[in-house]
Amino acid sequence: MLPIQPGHRRKAITAWFQDRLAWDSVREFIAHKTVPVHSGTIWYAFGGITLFLFLIQVITGILLLVYYRPTPAEAYESVQFIMTRVAFGWLIRSIHSWSANLMILSAFVHMFSVAFLHAYRKPRELVWFSGIVLLALALAFGFSGYLLPWNTISFFATKVGTDIATFIPWIGSTVGRYLRGGDAVGGATLTRFFGFHVAVLPALTSLFLLFHLGLVQKFGISTPPWVETRSRAAGTNLPQMPFFPDFFLHELMVWYGALGLLGILAALFPWELGAKADAFASAPAGIRPEWYFLAPFYTLKLIPGHVAGIEGEVVGLLGFGLLAFWWATLPFWGERPDGTVRSKLVTGGAVAFLAYLSTASLLGYLR
Amino acid sequence: MPQARRNIVFWIFGGGFVGSLISFFYPVIRFLNPPAVSEATVNEVVDGKVQDLAPNAGKIVKFGTQPVLLIRLTQTEWRAFSAVCTHLSCIVQYDASRRLIWCACHNGQYDLSGKVISGPPPAPLKEYTVHLRGEDVVISRS
Repeated sequence: MLPIQPGHRRKAITAWFQDRLAWDSVREFIAHKTVPVHSGTIWYAFGGITLFLFLIQVITGILLLVYYRPTPAEAYESVQFIMTRVAFGWLIRSIHSWSANLMILSAFVHMFSVAFLHAYRKPRELVWFSGIVLLALALAFGFSGYLLPWNTISFFATKVGTDIATFIPWIGSTVGRYLRGGDAVGGATLTRFFGFHVAVLPALTSLFLLFHLGLVQKFGISTPPWVETRSRAAGTNLPQMPFFPDFFLHELMVWYGALGLLGILAALFPWELGAKADAFASAPAGIRPEWYFLAPFYTLKLIPGHVAGIEGEVVGLLGFGLLAFWWATLPFWGERPDGTVRSKLVTGGAVAFLAYLSTASLLGYLR
Repeated sequence: MPQARRNIVFWIFGGGFVGSLISFFYPVIRFLNPPAVSEATVNEVVDGKVQDLAPNAGKIVKFGTQPVLLIRLTQTEWRAFSAVCTHLSCIVQYDASRRLIWCACHNGQYDLSGKVISGPPPAPLKEYTVHLRGEDVVISRS
């Protein structure tokens, strides 16, 4: 019997998989996929960076699960154990916290980039809506994960956050009880938030992420109206580049940059743990939520107890709700029925929204 | 099959399907709703000795499951209030330098009778009664 050559064996294995997976078609597809050259600019990179940071969250989150214990008696101590006794535990936890913050920052930059570049237009409305849902899920990840170390600041942030939910008209008290697992923030809240954080939110995020990315693949990367106009005036097609390797390597380089920044931040500024939560201690001076909740936090500080006979929190909640609704429905008011973009309205609205978020956040941080 | 019959079949099967979905989700929703935990009602707690708290100082004490702010204003004058801020449920503290009750979360301020002085709290703090039983400080519902 003739010996089997190594090259033949490899070919045989490849053929075996080819027969069952038909991956030639995938290879063909990738080889011929192109993206417009303008998508190489930095404002198109933040969606990919957000995705990359989400993957980092999944990996570091799974690692933290190995040691973390979601009970009021053990949560704080288990995080302390991770940070002080487990090899590289401090680094894994620090990367998880920093990456969470950078992911939300990157998602915000991505959202505003999409608004300023008018990428929400027909037929991409559902890409925008699913993106808004993904941002809400990222904020829910941040809110639920914040409680898990069971420290003072996270305890009070959860008290305030879940209390705000109770001001939703009609269903507020039910929502509050569902979130807390009872009438007050305690052990039941911790196990609930843990369940949301490691099971419910990842499942929902994966679904919406697949939908979001599937639509991006279906419609391709958008082109700003002014680039379209220029290209039409010149009578030329939009310049394209191959997805693989050009765009792929470009993305890989950006992701590597993000990883480098993340490594520097996590190593030089390790995330603090603070003091253990105590349900019978006063809220410490200088308490404030994470930066992405500073704008509503500061706004709630400014609203008096009652406004025109309505409770201040209800007014605040209504205001935030209307603002979020106005922004989420951008595709409906950002484009005229004839398909042209309401450029001034959208840009002006986005600048005003951004100005409110950054000013209120800054004041919330300083005061 | 005539259209009318098709519609009947559609509604029977569709209704059955929706009904089965409801029967799946109803227990899940009920399961997630936390059961009401009945707690023994506390009407009075003894919180340490008179000498444990200096004049012009305050501390948080447990009143059953609720936090209460106990304040000793002078040698003989004591007050107690619910320590849960009426704004968004943070726990308040006694500010000895300004002689007021303060919530660090949203800068709510109450005077020493529990009334709102400034900030977003919509209602005053609930007051408790403090009396001394020998050397013991006793807090009870007003």
